[in-house]
Amino acid sequence: MNIVVLVKQVPDSGAPRELDASDNTVERASANNVINEMDEYAIEEALKIKEAHGGEVTVLTMGPAGAGDSIRKALSMGPDKAVHVTDDALHGSCAVTTSKVLAAALGTLAADLVICGAESTDGRVQVMPHMLAERLGIAALTGARKLTVDGAQLTVERQTDEGYEIVTAATPAVVSVWDTINEPRYPSFKGIMAAKKKPVQTLSLADLGIAADEVGAAGSTSAVLEFAKRPPRTAGTKVTDEGDGGNALVTYLASEKFV
Amino acid sequence: MAEVLVVVEASEAAGVKKVTLEMLTIARTLGSVSAVVFGPAASLVDKLGEFGAEKIYAAEGDDVTGYLVAPKATAVAELVKSVQPAAVLLASTQEGKEIAGRLAVKLDNGLLTDAVAVDADGTATQVVFAGSATVRSKVTRGLPIVTIRPNSVTPTPAPATPAVEPLTVTVTDADKLTRVVERVAEKKGSRPELTEASIVVSGGRGVASADNFKLVEELADLLGGAVGASRAAVDSGFYPHQFQVGQTGKTVSPQLYLALGISGAIQHRAGMQTSKTIVAVNKDPEAPIFELADYGVVGDLFKVVPQAAEEIRKRK
Repeated sequence: MNIVVLVKQVPDSGAPRELDASDNTVERASANNVINEMDEYAIEEALKIKEAHGGEVTVLTMGPAGAGDSIRKALSMGPDKAVHVTDDALHGSCAVTTSKVLAAALGTLAADLVICGAESTDGRVQVMPHMLAERLGIAALTGARKLTVDGAQLTVERQTDEGYEIVTAATPAVVSVWDTINEPRYPSFKGIMAAKKKPVQTLSLADLGIAADEVGAAGSTSAVLEFAKRPPRTAGTKVTDEGDGGNALVTYLASEKFV
Repeated sequence: MAEVLVVVEASEAAGVKKVTLEMLTIARTLGSVSAVVFGPAASLVDKLGEFGAEKIYAAEGDDVTGYLVAPKATAVAELVKSVQPAAVLLASTQEGKEIAGRLAVKLDNGLLTDAVAVDADGTATQVVFAGSATVRSKVTRGLPIVTIRPNSVTPTPAPATPAVEPLTVTVTDADKLTRVVERVAEKKGSRPELTEASIVVSGGRGVASADNFKLVEELADLLGGAVGASRAAVDSGFYPHQFQVGQTGKTVSPQLYLALGISGAIQHRAGMQTSKTIVAVNKDPEAPIFELADYGVVGDLFKVVPQAAEEIRKRK
């Protein structure tokens, strides 16, 4: 099975993150940039399917030159090769234009299965798998906590607010996964060394037949007008339990009309 | 006045969800409210009317609900083309966002997700980066397609008598690629839904076992709240993932968030920082959760929580 995993490089969500005041985009230059955490689960799932059913795993990333670090990190887990879509004109692209570029790149890869994380930790928009499915005319099975592959038939179990759903489709398809689906492997030393030699193909907008003014801030369908830092929350009253902490807590809740 | 489409979220158990009432409340400031219902509409009409829906478009049948979101996006896209609405509002839930994503591609139109407010001109306010910044954004191509985060506004009634119009949807083969084979409802008692609850009581690593989570549940039930869990608690198998609050789970914004045995890592704060009041119980006085708690108790939660539960019972 020919599997493509979408990997996004994002600012580390465990550290404070900033917006760039010059153009209201995510500040990436000064951030500690890492693989979007949920994408590691997507890579793991792709590798497990390859191990069980054979095939090839390709990492697809759209992002600035610096995203190459995350591509190598992804490859060190075990994928065979990578495609890096990079072009200065892409900076500031919205989700709709990003999906146009990724769909064009996927068009060159003839994937049976596209796997991605359910959301990125920076935008948390959650729309990419369905946008890609819509553009490519293929199935989308999103929010998987379990994925079963039986020949060309895919079955996904997905969490809902009410319980869960079981959905099925035939390949080709896009599947997005939550972090409940597996436990990603750590790259081995051998994997890290091997990743340095794995092929990474770079694609520009011209390679994909997309004009520069169709993407980036100019081609985007939405814009951030302004932003402001929210004042940090401040610590209120802190008491130490000396036998009546529970009562004190309820007295506070009552004073705020919660009890 | 142009119509504003509100894509209704409802469930068999709960009826019209609170986030839908919030969307109706926001939509009234943008135009004449038309609700779009997928599935049986009859039992929802009164509630939608009470909050200002003047028209209800109802699409039923296996062609619409038997497949994953694509037919719903097709239905909304057709409706947008025929009624030329001023805006489309959807809920910031998995399904709402997925419909919005497909709709945006179909119409080559911008979309904004996780809005907490929408101005009359369609400008949306969003809270980003773990609650550390507020952003104002606008759709620059097409009409505003905006998803609304639950607990953003207080729903207010504005009674109307809605006219119900059946919606015929021409579903394409491409919309029928992903079939929903089974929908399993898991019993969760009478607790409110996590993202919509006014009070959330969450447990973390400090709760120490799945069995001990009954303490968290007990306090939640006494307060009429929902139960949440930190990622550490979920990863340890103490509580199911659907109740996880934080970066890779749900974002909540209740009136009261009670954190029990939760240290308050930045990824957890991402999911609860915009709560109105935050209360924490933790045995570590240096736990970061105390930096944002309006009221904190440094102590053993296994002593503090049972005492608090007893005191609430006494006061009832």
